[in-house]
Amino acid sequence: MSSSEPAVDDVLDTPFFLRWLTAAAAAVSREAARLTDLDSAIGDADHGTNMQRGFAAVAEALEKEPPGSPGATLILAGRQLISKVGGASGPLYGTLLRRAGKALGDAEQITPQQLADALRAGVDAVAQLGGAAPGDKTMLDALLPAVEALGGDAGSFAAASEAAEKGALATVPMLARKGRASYLGERSVGHQDPGATSSALIIGALTEAAR
Amino acid sequence: MTDESGKVGIVLVSHSAAVADSVAELAKALSGGGTAPVRAAGGTPDGGFGTSPELIAEAAQAVDRGAGVAVLVDLGSAVLAVKALLAEGDELPDGTRLVDAPLVEGAVAALVTASTGADVGAVLQAASEAYDYRKV
Repeated sequence: MSSSEPAVDDVLDTPFFLRWLTAAAAAVSREAARLTDLDSAIGDADHGTNMQRGFAAVAEALEKEPPGSPGATLILAGRQLISKVGGASGPLYGTLLRRAGKALGDAEQITPQQLADALRAGVDAVAQLGGAAPGDKTMLDALLPAVEALGGDAGSFAAASEAAEKGALATVPMLARKGRASYLGERSVGHQDPGATSSALIIGALTEAAR
Repeated sequence: MTDESGKVGIVLVSHSAAVADSVAELAKALSGGGTAPVRAAGGTPDGGFGTSPELIAEAAQAVDRGAGVAVLVDLGSAVLAVKALLAEGDELPDGTRLVDAPLVEGAVAALVTASTGADVGAVLQAASEAYDYRKV
């Protein structure tokens, strides 16, 4: 499964991060209708369009003014998401990328382990901002297992992607405890969380960027 | 011309532009001609329902008179948007605070208090105390 993956000591440069976010934008756009469908079941039916608008703004900003480092790339993308998305996912994803970008500093090349650590810092910031915990049926249920699988000696993008997918699927039987879906109580059970689903798309885009 | 100088600014954030605008009007009407600057930041820039950090930041800049800005919000992404902007550090004027208060009642309390020239801490407290006005 991971034979085609880069070894953990590979270096990740700014073009890698541009490829990642561009691939994430394409994935979000491709799956926008599905994200909105999931959100119409337990939310307010705007997750796909919101994420598509936000990531389109990210792709445009990165093309117009390509940043000079991986950290600056994530910070610029996060800023775009915070200001353009228009729903709760904007501040949440924006915080994820900005905090990860800040953790990377000015380094021009980073290791996958550094990326894993930076994303972990971003995920922690998301948890703090939204006040959610694992099992609350949120994006954290995809992101936490993903950053776990990305780090360490056995870590890889494929493992992270798989963990995020599994985490998103695991939200189906969960009872929503945060966000609009939490108003539904028991009726939120049986639906996959839209935020966990879009998180899996974004993590999955890492494997495309590595090719 | 009302005297807004040195007063705490009030920003009202809602997923709906109509709600934010109306709460601003209501607060002005119920505060006996409140003189503190108040601005609504409702909906998205394209007129839809949602919250816009861009509109929130614009409104905060517009009501900033150097004494701080109190931001009242409705729910969900409005709360997260303001928290994320505050975490950015440079998006909102110095002394901007997110107020833990019900939007309508809090807006009236905040505007009345800010209009007296009270500092931002007093404005926050007055708005938060609106949670204690039980109706039943």
